Amino acid sequence: MRKLLLSAALLGLAGAAPVQAADYVIDTRGAHAYIHFKVQHLGYSWLGGRFNDFGGEFSYDESNPSAASIVVNIDPASIDSNHAERDKHLRGDDFLNVKKYPEAKFVSTSFEQNGDDKATLTGDFTLHGVTKPLTIDVEHIGAGPDPWGGNRRGFHGITEFKLADHGIDYDLGPASQTVYLELSVEGVRR
Amino acid sequence: MQWRNDTTRYGLAAVLMHWLVALTVFGLFGLGLWMTGLTYYDQWYRLGPWWHKSIGVSLFLLVLVRLGWRALNPQPVPLPTHVGWERRLSKATHELLYLLLFAIMISGYLISTADGRALEVFGWFALPATLHGIEHQEDIAGTIHLTLAITLMALASLHALAALKHHFLDRDRTLLRMLGR
Repeated sequence: MRKLLLSAALLGLAGAAPVQAADYVIDTRGAHAYIHFKVQHLGYSWLGGRFNDFGGEFSYDESNPSAASIVVNIDPASIDSNHAERDKHLRGDDFLNVKKYPEAKFVSTSFEQNGDDKATLTGDFTLHGVTKPLTIDVEHIGAGPDPWGGNRRGFHGITEFKLADHGIDYDLGPASQTVYLELSVEGVRR
Repeated sequence: MQWRNDTTRYGLAAVLMHWLVALTVFGLFGLGLWMTGLTYYDQWYRLGPWWHKSIGVSLFLLVLVRLGWRALNPQPVPLPTHVGWERRLSKATHELLYLLLFAIMISGYLISTADGRALEVFGWFALPATLHGIEHQEDIAGTIHLTLAITLMALASLHALAALKHHFLDRDRTLLRMLGR
């Protein structure tokens, strides 16, 4: 971050800053964003839930999409599968161990546009104290002015990871080792 | 042996309820610790909590009946050999035991009903949720439930040790009275 600020400052000094990439704050206040997850239950159905508390920001410049970046911070304790007893278990040390690992986050490292609205976002995903690379298939949904004088842009992403890769080894059965994530973000331009 | 207490003895009802509560409390503590460590594919992963909750609610009713019975019966007076600090300490311990019991049972109920779901008792009836939806209620209630349960075990052990002290060191009738003698 400091490096980024420093380079930004240098660019500013040199007066050679390119077209400023738009900085967007994810609209969690208005809840135009969500992080849903699903895991197979016994191989017979899906167990779904979401993280209620998260936040972040992203940059995206249509003239230079590959410079896009995003940071999302997730409060793992806000996991909500619509069942208090299960959520208690998920927050406990069999799973997320939120007392020991109170933070989860995704920090992008690259953004690769493939065609019009599709892109591949790569970054470092930290969960349960373990940071692993994660690739997210991204779709650009739209952008433009909102009815209240602001400017918004939204993306939708899907990805998956194995619980064991993040050191969560509670045995839910062979069909339930992969978590599928769906992320929808709408950013409000600063 | 008579059902009711008098001022020198506990009746059969009070004796039976005392030991039934003691047995249930220790049983529930063991079951609670054991069931929370079970794996997902264990038969008891679902059965354990089901029994724990059902028995827990039954215990709540039993303790209410026990307190009602206690209110309706004369209490055996302390033995003349019990000195002042023993009387004060035992009275405080007994009151705290009841207080802990209720706090543990209520906090347990607040875990299971944290999201507004009712608490099933043996499949016979369901206790509806009352206080629910507090942020992280299940975690807070869970921490209280476990911490107080451990405290109760410590206090119940003190209570048992005191009974044994009376029996073996003081050689008085304290423990025998709780056996109905």
